[in-house]
Amino acid sequence: MPKLTVEDLKKIREKTRRTTMLREGGEHRAKITVHMGTCGIASGARDIMNALIKEIEARDITDVILTNSGCAGLCSREPMATVEMAGKAPVKYVDLTAEKIKEVLEKHVLGGKIVESYALGIGSEKTDLS
Amino acid sequence: MSDQRTSAIVEKYGTDESATLSALQDLQEEHGYLPREALLDVSKRMEVPLSRVLSLATFFNAFSLKPKGKHHVNVCMGTACHVRGSQLILEKLERELGIKSGDTTPDRNFSLDAVRCVGCCGLAPVIMVGDTFHGKLSQAKVPGVLKKYGK
Amino acid sequence: MEEKEKAYRLHLMVCAGTGCVSNHAFEIKGALEKEIKKQSLENEVLVVTTGCNGFCERGPLLVVQPGNIFYQQLTEKDIPHLVEEHFLKGRPVQKLMYTPPKEKTPIPVLSDIDFFKGQVLIALRNRGLIDPEKIEEYIARDGYTAMAKALNEMTPEGIIEEIKKSGLRGRGGAGFPTGVKWEYVRNAPSTNGGVKYLVCNGDEGDPGAFMDRSILEADPHSVIEGMVIGAKAIGASEGFVYVRNEYPLALSRLNLALKQAREYGLLGKDILGSGFNFDIKVHRGAGAFVCGEETALLHSLEGRLGEPRPRPPYPAEKGLRDQPTCINNVETWANVPVIISRGANWYSSIGTKTSKGTKVFSLVGKINNTGLVEVPMGISLKEIIYNIGGGIPEGKEFKAVQTGGPSGGCIPKEKIDLPIDFESLTEAGSMMGSGGMVVMDEDTCMVDVARYFLSFTQDESCGKCTPCREGTKAMLSILTRITEGKGTEGDLVLLRDLAESIKDSALCGLGNTAPNPVLTTMQYFMEEYETHIKDKKCPARVCRQLNTYIVDENTCVKDGRGCDLCKRNCATDAILGEKGKAHRVVQEKCIKCGVCYDVCNFNAVKIE
Repeated sequence: MPKLTVEDLKKIREKTRRTTMLREGGEHRAKITVHMGTCGIASGARDIMNALIKEIEARDITDVILTNSGCAGLCSREPMATVEMAGKAPVKYVDLTAEKIKEVLEKHVLGGKIVESYALGIGSEKTDLS
Repeated sequence: MSDQRTSAIVEKYGTDESATLSALQDLQEEHGYLPREALLDVSKRMEVPLSRVLSLATFFNAFSLKPKGKHHVNVCMGTACHVRGSQLILEKLERELGIKSGDTTPDRNFSLDAVRCVGCCGLAPVIMVGDTFHGKLSQAKVPGVLKKYGK
Repeated sequence: MEEKEKAYRLHLMVCAGTGCVSNHAFEIKGALEKEIKKQSLENEVLVVTTGCNGFCERGPLLVVQPGNIFYQQLTEKDIPHLVEEHFLKGRPVQKLMYTPPKEKTPIPVLSDIDFFKGQVLIALRNRGLIDPEKIEEYIARDGYTAMAKALNEMTPEGIIEEIKKSGLRGRGGAGFPTGVKWEYVRNAPSTNGGVKYLVCNGDEGDPGAFMDRSILEADPHSVIEGMVIGAKAIGASEGFVYVRNEYPLALSRLNLALKQAREYGLLGKDILGSGFNFDIKVHRGAGAFVCGEETALLHSLEGRLGEPRPRPPYPAEKGLRDQPTCINNVETWANVPVIISRGANWYSSIGTKTSKGTKVFSLVGKINNTGLVEVPMGISLKEIIYNIGGGIPEGKEFKAVQTGGPSGGCIPKEKIDLPIDFESLTEAGSMMGSGGMVVMDEDTCMVDVARYFLSFTQDESCGKCTPCREGTKAMLSILTRITEGKGTEGDLVLLRDLAESIKDSALCGLGNTAPNPVLTTMQYFMEEYETHIKDKKCPARVCRQLNTYIVDENTCVKDGRGCDLCKRNCATDAILGEKGKAHRVVQEKCIKCGVCYDVCNFNAVKIE
């Protein structure tokens, strides 16, 4: 085990920022809710969640909260996810695949530009869970 | 009783008199009590007068000169437990086990002690059987707890 | 260290303090892990064990992050449903959430619950947020930055000045200003080539207090960091933590933390490249209350009998192995890093004129929300008992609160608006002590409480000085006599005389303060003493020798009950009667254990 320097302490803190952000409810750029009702799971919501987790890990994103909620009420368009950028109206994406959600992450969450071709609508009813 | 176990512990501390207390703590842990022979051994091999060894062994609550039962029942007598009736729990245990606090049942299955606060005040009144806590007790619940340990 | 941190969408913070562990927290953790695996969520959901969350009453506890969703009183049976509903499908489970007494709607979010809302966390800053067994998580929450600052950027005098300015006072009992103590030790001459020692007193002996245990279990690194800072300030290279024998979990977590700190070079030689050397050894106590007294503790550290000696000389001059020694308790040490990183001005802005910062109290006894709370100094008793503590169970009436353990006293309900700090408690006849707060209701007998504490101190008296050894024994026998209905009026005068002389003449703090519980109960609850002596009655019906148990025959047989439960539970066959018929207590056989009173579902057993 190497002896730490003051710099190393800082590095450890940087590295665990995601954990502290998550646990302490710190400032986050966006919250992505994947809808995980029975219908959602049946139509592949788990793949969407897994793809998001992998991507967030690979890109070392530390300020995006991933969460899930129950059925969004539009079973025919599952899997669905809602993206809420801090201070903006939520956007619902429908008929998702792993590839599509990666694109949403890239363009909307990181780039700030809504991917209109997958979006169901903007400013839909707010989910109060989580 | 194995003298080897005692020897191994005593040897570790050499003749460092200030380590007597630590040696006794290890012996208590190893045997569950401080056997007479072990105390003699400590005195002889660590070159500490037996009177000093014995005074340490009787001063601290962590030591016992009597062997304990297979299941060691400790009744917490902290303040929170007291105001929630621990004295009655202790007496109930004494009656159920047929022994007084500080003693061991003839079949060596249970021994009973009253102890200072175990720091689990949120669950008062509390007893510990071995390392397991039983909280929010009442006299009526005592027989059920003892049953789990073969009473 | 180089690989990327794994991402999880949920962290499940399982409380693994002693309270929850005894409520089977580890079984809950196991069940969670099993179920998470079964639902293939192991790459999405992380289970973390934390130190004591504080709300011990409601254990076992689980907090879900992000969102701060608080689940309580979990059983293994609840877990499959919880995992499927909340963690898989995102529907938080209401029935496992906390519902305040007298209310119907559960409160999902931890920070909205009254118990947590009024608290300000400094010493307990990391509780529930980190895994105490992972040093990286402590570092992530700015751990060891204060130490780095103290070692690399501050002079010993500068550190002492900062602590003095902060107004921090010892959290172990007497409330001595910490910075002043450090300065004494720094300036005291050592007769052994400059050797000085530093000790953390973790021999938390006051029954009803468990904050030190909780800090060592939940955040051991905060104590280690505080000690390194203190070591630099006073110029010590060796430190000791004295931990109570009764705290196995605290011992093992502390030992692990020391090992990790050593491996990272945060203890040992040349810490963080500053050239400063310091290491810490752990000493396990052997179960003697008096060892919380600092001179007795030092004797015990030296392997001798834990008997106190007269002060002066104080340990600051002549302590361990006759060298200058600085002793502070666990909670005090845990405050130090925050003061160094956030500054004395910030710290001293919290609290009252003479008592700065926060204090951790263990709120126990006859109170709805038992647990560990950290509040700013100056908060009123009322706020603690009614807002945070949720009031007294079963609609009973609040009578008094006991603070300061066997050295403290009882504060009556008339003083419920008292703002709590070192001075106000002393003025009220009690003391801060280590922070135990035992709440008493109308069913608590104050004479019995006084007798309880005297039996404690009498038993724990080391026997070295006569006032304590003999005096407490005499006081105890008078109190016992009163609770048995054999007291006389002269007893009260005798009791007070004894109390005053023990107070003046005992050798150490244990003896000096032993009469306090008696004096305060006599001051505030004289009528209870008098009722015991004159009427031979215990108004709270606690003193059993004064109770007579009878079965109200009408209530017993009403609606054809006569359920026989009391008879079946009676230890001495003192209850006669058959099923369906009225029961009766044979007084000659009754040992007044009260089990009939406890088990009767129809309130047919009365105490007279």
